[in-house]
Amino acid sequence: MSDQTTSKPSVRDLETRINHLDKRIQDIGDPITPAEVIQLRQFKRDRQELLRLCGHPTPADRVYLARHAGRPSVVDYVDHLFTDFFEQRGDRLFREDPSIYGGIAMFDEHPVTVIGTRKGKNLQENLACHFGMPCPEGYRKARRLMRQAEKFKRPIITFVDTAGAYPGQEAEENGQGEAIARNLAEMSHLRVPIIAVFTGEGGSGGALALGVANRLIMLENAIYSILSPEGFASILWKDASRSDEACSVMKLTAQDLYHLKVADEIVKEPLGGAHRDPDAVYHDLRRAIRENLRALSHLSGTELANRRMAKFRAYGVVDPKNSKNIES
Amino acid sequence: MSSNPFQKRREEIFNLKALRERRSITTMPDAIPIQQKTTICPKCHHALTLDELEENLHVCRCGYHFPIGSHYRLQLTMDPGTIREIGKSVKPFDWLHFPGYPEKLKAQRKKSGSTEGVSTVRGKIGGYSVVVAAMDTRFFMGSMGSAVGERITQAIELAERKKWPLIIFCASGGARMQEGIISLMQMAKTSAAMERLSRKGILSVMVLTHPTTGGVTASFAMLGDITLAEPGALIGFAGPRVIEQTIGEKLPEGFQRSEFQMEHGFVDQIVPRGDMRKTLIQLLRLHARS
Repeated sequence: MSDQTTSKPSVRDLETRINHLDKRIQDIGDPITPAEVIQLRQFKRDRQELLRLCGHPTPADRVYLARHAGRPSVVDYVDHLFTDFFEQRGDRLFREDPSIYGGIAMFDEHPVTVIGTRKGKNLQENLACHFGMPCPEGYRKARRLMRQAEKFKRPIITFVDTAGAYPGQEAEENGQGEAIARNLAEMSHLRVPIIAVFTGEGGSGGALALGVANRLIMLENAIYSILSPEGFASILWKDASRSDEACSVMKLTAQDLYHLKVADEIVKEPLGGAHRDPDAVYHDLRRAIRENLRALSHLSGTELANRRMAKFRAYGVVDPKNSKNIES
Repeated sequence: MSSNPFQKRREEIFNLKALRERRSITTMPDAIPIQQKTTICPKCHHALTLDELEENLHVCRCGYHFPIGSHYRLQLTMDPGTIREIGKSVKPFDWLHFPGYPEKLKAQRKKSGSTEGVSTVRGKIGGYSVVVAAMDTRFFMGSMGSAVGERITQAIELAERKKWPLIIFCASGGARMQEGIISLMQMAKTSAAMERLSRKGILSVMVLTHPTTGGVTASFAMLGDITLAEPGALIGFAGPRVIEQTIGEKLPEGFQRSEFQMEHGFVDQIVPRGDMRKTLIQLLRLHARS
């Protein structure tokens, strides 16, 4: 049960060493002398070995990878998986929230609504979209887009990568709780297929607000949890530095969530994480979305809503055969 | 009154629990009990004896509302002799095999006399049949794990089947961390049930009491037709400490309190504890089917 990988280096360390090697490989460029040729060959072999060590990441490794700045963002997924994207902005009530990115696009020649949480690629972008943490107006924009999708009978595909809803003063004043609650309530009843793709961090209610789906696909190194491991450790043990330990007990990896029947499917990532070979991820994800859409396409609107509600209704219902788990 | 001896016994137990809650001081992080029988109001720092507290329904003369237990609250609200518990068989479960969770649950049960962070009942208020859920911060801060979510969902579904109005007294620190993602899923489960109830045209009244935060605020607590609040209750999604850390400055006085939430459009009326039953009867009368 307990992991005996005490001496295994973390993916974070391996990554530093790989990047260091990459730099040296680049420095050599085109090898001229025989010594350089040999050195280059050795570096490449070392690099392979380091990448191999990235296999079997621990939960803490996966949290690191899920947050990796180089991971494809919703904008990348929209660019590579969809065509003819038309961006929609604003909640029609208050203002535009750039941390929710959404619109209409074509997927396999069919119109769909795409909505995702957006993290910035640089500091300026990140300040505008609160490091990917949406405000109430963002969730209300998402709801507006989803209602439209239902009106025009378009499937909805959401991409979730957020640390959570933005915990700011103005966000509270504008009803962060109400905005999320209303999304959960309405999303459960929508009469079109909903597929949620968790691509990185899935933080708490802020992630769930785009996650009430018929099918939930998680990337191999994505996480989904009730709060951040740091927050978890500081609340429960009053010690934020024990976050690695929290990663293990929280059951937040895609594999754990698959066993808990929260994730329906896991899409494999290349060794060392999605940022090592985004094209491979796009390819596998396209196939996964296509298959899931196909499986849902024959269901009526009522059936789609009923199945979705039944799925969520079952969470936390104790199987009587199993009820001896806690003595009372 | 029921003639069924089992029912009679159940009623006696319920009343005993309510009495115990009425005669004890709720220990909240911001309430400072100095001895067993006296507590200091965190707002005006007046020392209150237990008799004083009991007489004023656990409200200080300055208007501070102390949190109270769910049985006591139901007894205060509902018609005597009509209360039938509905959710007691739903028990918590250790989904993640979380270290120390079963022991912690046992300690909470012993401390509070409750089996979970919410009591769900059916009964009458002013002669109107209703389904009522009362959350209890004395049990794990009223946090929502699978059992709380399931009991509340069952209460919503009973209201839907019986076509009776639903009243929920909310009080919660948020989702229960020890049940992880399964706690999070309770937000979606209860919200979906609330939406279904709403589409059936059945009244729901949410009463927000101190504190209503986190996952409860971001689900059923914000989905009622009518939203009431007790004075001075902390109501919000993110906690004040988290927000202060994010923005790096102190929050203004009264931030996220009931009065603030009413001003910002999320609460219909603020109702003191002494007027709650009267107000609920008025609402039930206004929604009665003729």
